[in-house]
Amino acid sequence: MIEARELTKRYGDKTVVDALSFTVKPGEVTGFLGPNGAGKSTTMRMIVGLDAPTKGSVTVNGTSYAKHTAPLHEIGTLLEARSVHPGRSAFNHLMALAYTHGIPRRRVDEVIELAGLTSVADKRVGAFSLGMGQRLGIAAALLGDPAIVMLDEPVNGLDPEGVLWVRNLLRSLADEGRAVMLSSHLMSETAMIADHLVIIGRGRLLADTTVDDFTREASGGGVKVVTAEAGRLRSLLAGPDVTISSSSAEELLVSGRDAREIGRIAAGHGVALYELTPQAVSLEAAFMDLTRDVVEYQSHPVETERKAA
Amino acid sequence: MTVTELSPTRAGTRVYKVTGPRVLRAEWAKFWSLRSSWITLAVAVALLIALGSIASATYSPDAAPQDGPPGPGSGEQDAVSLALLGVTFASLAVGVLGVLLSAGEYTTGMIRSTLTAVPRRLPVLWTKAAVLGAVILVLTTLGALAAFQLGTLGLDDEKIALSLGDDGVLRSLAGAGLYLALVAVAGVALGVLLRSSAGAIAVLVGVLLILPGLASLLPDSLYDNINPYFPSNAGSAMYALHESSDALSPGAGLAVFAGWVALTLTAAAWRLLKSDA
Repeated sequence: MIEARELTKRYGDKTVVDALSFTVKPGEVTGFLGPNGAGKSTTMRMIVGLDAPTKGSVTVNGTSYAKHTAPLHEIGTLLEARSVHPGRSAFNHLMALAYTHGIPRRRVDEVIELAGLTSVADKRVGAFSLGMGQRLGIAAALLGDPAIVMLDEPVNGLDPEGVLWVRNLLRSLADEGRAVMLSSHLMSETAMIADHLVIIGRGRLLADTTVDDFTREASGGGVKVVTAEAGRLRSLLAGPDVTISSSSAEELLVSGRDAREIGRIAAGHGVALYELTPQAVSLEAAFMDLTRDVVEYQSHPVETERKAA
Repeated sequence: MTVTELSPTRAGTRVYKVTGPRVLRAEWAKFWSLRSSWITLAVAVALLIALGSIASATYSPDAAPQDGPPGPGSGEQDAVSLALLGVTFASLAVGVLGVLLSAGEYTTGMIRSTLTAVPRRLPVLWTKAAVLGAVILVLTTLGALAAFQLGTLGLDDEKIALSLGDDGVLRSLAGAGLYLALVAVAGVALGVLLRSSAGAIAVLVGVLLILPGLASLLPDSLYDNINPYFPSNAGSAMYALHESSDALSPGAGLAVFAGWVALTLTAAAWRLLKSDA
């Protein structure tokens, strides 16, 4: 369990993390989302005590990270930036970390096998590809058999097989009752892995929700109806909280009534429908809507404003 | 790449715990698992032995005192000062080794792994210093002994020849090993303090080699008073066979040099604890 309370980090007069409060619960995968520069990595660094918060606090299993007698057993971490000496072999790197906790060699071999690094365990890490480096980072995170696994952009640089591996691994870790936290700037990828979402922008909490709720809200894009009797159907569908717009003579965009309701009303009045399509807003578009105002490095559209479909 | 479907299990009775000896064990393993450690170590010991024995072998009592590097070679020559001619060069090698060991963690990012495993941080600094200090102490003391013994062969008929049993010889040779061990510890401390290999090496070279030369620009009265307390001069007093009139005694030299190193270590500890990694 990770509990952040009013967590704040300032560098000079720039506030990178701003009064952030959230909880990462055991048995769940929590997706930590935000655009680049939102403060995700800084927050994770504060969780494991690499950076000291300017204000507020964060605890790992009830205690601040540095006070644990076996921190790697409480939380295993993969940070975004490489945290390995390139001159050391993968095995020696993991073994050095294992020595600090009295973790046996057997466990080191186990995580090397788990991460699929057996064939390259004796190679210098400097020669590793980005994907192999990520696997080594994940192996290091699992080394201490931790109650919490926290991964910063874990699928970065992984091939499709590796992405699938991470997804299954994180699911099984959560199913074993561990708390899993992973950061990403990709909504669609995260939605496939996570149960819970903590979305931040410019260091502030934007949403603390479940993937299901987020998806449900995101799909409120209305229903597209095509019929020859658009004018008649329009008056039939009218009601409180129902808005209807039209982009052509035969087409209506209805929100406030779902497809099933619209179909029933149309059938009841003998209106023939040519098309009846719920308009889902993609998760990515919903995420971009949510974070539009807080994107740190905004790119400006070349021609026209991109419209969320 | 094959992926094994193997679920990590969380067993109930585990005794994982960070302890001082375990951190020491980890730092020991980290030191020996880098190729740069072996190379720099070999260079340091080779310089120490080779320069010392060559200086002894080519010694001629008639030659005018050559312009050597600062240190015992530039003053009056004796068998020990000849054998320890390589100390200045070896000190640069072991100092660089210390810097690589600590600042190298910052430049590569390894420090994040290290401090995540040992979040109390200070044990990392102490054990790094202890591992390197102990390794350098043992190896360079042996190296100084070897240089002296090889040098004795070259000085066979000279009147300055000495043997290991002569007064102060063993103390001087051990002093050289201790000096080099302390330089290595200072390298570790500077690396943690400055977090940059280039910066830390520059400071180390500046303090050990350039500062004494610059200080000679000071007014004479001031220079004579503070000169013996410069790190490199206090250090060379530790392994000089004959105490010269303008230098500290070996014991005082050790105290002053160790004081400088302790000061650097304290500053490093403060930075390590107080700043974000």
